[in-house]
Amino acid sequence: MLDARRIREDFPVLRREVNGRPLVYLDNAATSQKPRCVIDALVEYYEGYNSNVHRGVHALSVEATARYEEARAKVTAFIGAPSHEQLIFVRNTTEAINLVARTWAPANVHEGDEILLTEMEHHSNLVPWQKVAQDTGAHLTFIPLAEDHTLDLSRLETVLTSRTRLVALTHVSNVLGTINPVKEIARAAHQLGATVLVDAAQSVPHMPVDVQDLDCDFLAFSGHKMCAPTGIGVLYVKRPVLDEMGPFLHGGEMVKEVWYDHATWNDLPLRFEAGTPNIADSIALGAAVDYLQGLGMENVRQHEVQLTGYTLNALKELEDVTLFGPKDLNVRGGVVSFYAHGVHPHDLGTALDKLGIAIRAGHHCAMPLMRKLNVPATARASFYIYNTEEEVDLLVDGLKQSLRFFSHVTRRA
Amino acid sequence: MSLEELDELYREVILDHYRNPRNNVKLADPDLSAVGYNPFCGDEVTITAKLDKDARIQAVGFRGQGCSISQSSASMMTELLKGHTIEEAEALVAVFKQMMLGKEMEEAQRLELGELEALEGVRQYPIRIKCALLAWSALLDSIKEYRAAHRAS
Repeated sequence: MLDARRIREDFPVLRREVNGRPLVYLDNAATSQKPRCVIDALVEYYEGYNSNVHRGVHALSVEATARYEEARAKVTAFIGAPSHEQLIFVRNTTEAINLVARTWAPANVHEGDEILLTEMEHHSNLVPWQKVAQDTGAHLTFIPLAEDHTLDLSRLETVLTSRTRLVALTHVSNVLGTINPVKEIARAAHQLGATVLVDAAQSVPHMPVDVQDLDCDFLAFSGHKMCAPTGIGVLYVKRPVLDEMGPFLHGGEMVKEVWYDHATWNDLPLRFEAGTPNIADSIALGAAVDYLQGLGMENVRQHEVQLTGYTLNALKELEDVTLFGPKDLNVRGGVVSFYAHGVHPHDLGTALDKLGIAIRAGHHCAMPLMRKLNVPATARASFYIYNTEEEVDLLVDGLKQSLRFFSHVTRRA
Repeated sequence: MSLEELDELYREVILDHYRNPRNNVKLADPDLSAVGYNPFCGDEVTITAKLDKDARIQAVGFRGQGCSISQSSASMMTELLKGHTIEEAEALVAVFKQMMLGKEMEEAQRLELGELEALEGVRQYPIRIKCALLAWSALLDSIKEYRAAHRAS
């Protein structure tokens, strides 16, 4: 098990106060906090060997290139990818998905084809496919939500057809916390010749993920939700899908030879990394991977299972609170969305902030799912390695106070 | 620990309008009509109004869902608007915006806003100012549309 109390010492921001109270940070599905070692990696790069990569012959450039590629190797191993050539650095999950939508999709998705999504997708794994559908004449179809907020796999046979060209789904829902059976869905999709993209923004930071075990064709995630800085994300692509993909952005770094009228493309993965990359943040992502591997991803997962179970137990005692997401912790990530009747999530967010507690309130970039759940918005607490049961107690206490505050018909003058 | 410091933001009059919204209707055959939507939080307000023969607001209603700030602001706005011409309504929107953005105001303008002054505390929560302005922006949209339609016909 993780020692969250010890881990907290690694995160400088967790020492601060908000509104006179110790910060209780429960907005990890939005972004995680950063440990000292990651911040140090950034400072070491800028103070010690700041330089451009893959071009200079001087010492600093050689060092920067080595550290940049070392980071790629670390991330490659972290997700069990067969080769560093299949690991493309991008800005974030959204850019990774757009890269696929702009390069792979136009060559592979045609009029009348279907792109199968789920009803729990984040806008970033929905809106790019709406654009592809508009451009190509393909149709979007959806694996529906079941009563228990898992995917209704009894409907898979109906929605996954020989016309399905791509199945794009989230590994873990950022609203419901549902862990989807990506491996089983990928197997079924491949049997019908479809390609599979996994939005792993909420899974790679929180549990062991092995791309070869999942057997997905694309896997996308962001560094900032896993202790790394913002501005660095990853797209993994399986072979031979990768070898058939044309470039995304054109310019320097992604070329091999250039003439005035044409150019040839660089080797993988640089073919997909036009321009000077985000060197510092990539190296810091490598440091974040080291840090998480030091804790052990199975331990990270178990810690969150325990906290999530503890939270669900506490919240189900409150009669004015509706909980979303599966109750079975085996298929539940560390995300707890709820609706407190009588207190709008936004008001609750402001009230909890007064108590130093950071949660997310809103539609969580999943407006169609909010309509499906028939709520305008939800409040969401999401956990990570440094959260404790004491913090959950503070959340529950703050929630009770807020319910009292907003539901009093008249308060004392 | 307690939430007493919230009183400054959530003044009693705000909570009263939130729990007991006034003019909480969608009028049939409205002269003015618009939906305000805040994509940040999903708050939504529909404003409808009927004008009398002198182009004064005779009846006005709002329907919507959202936080106490957006809904109470809409409720108080409907109470304020009755009997005003659309030009006067536009001027009131300008005064309210002035208050929410922390601009200098004359005492007479402040008086015009009446109990809406209770929303002044929202200014300390920049992310929530949009909540307070939602209904007012919708009202401006509805007036703009009304004018465009009447110019066209």
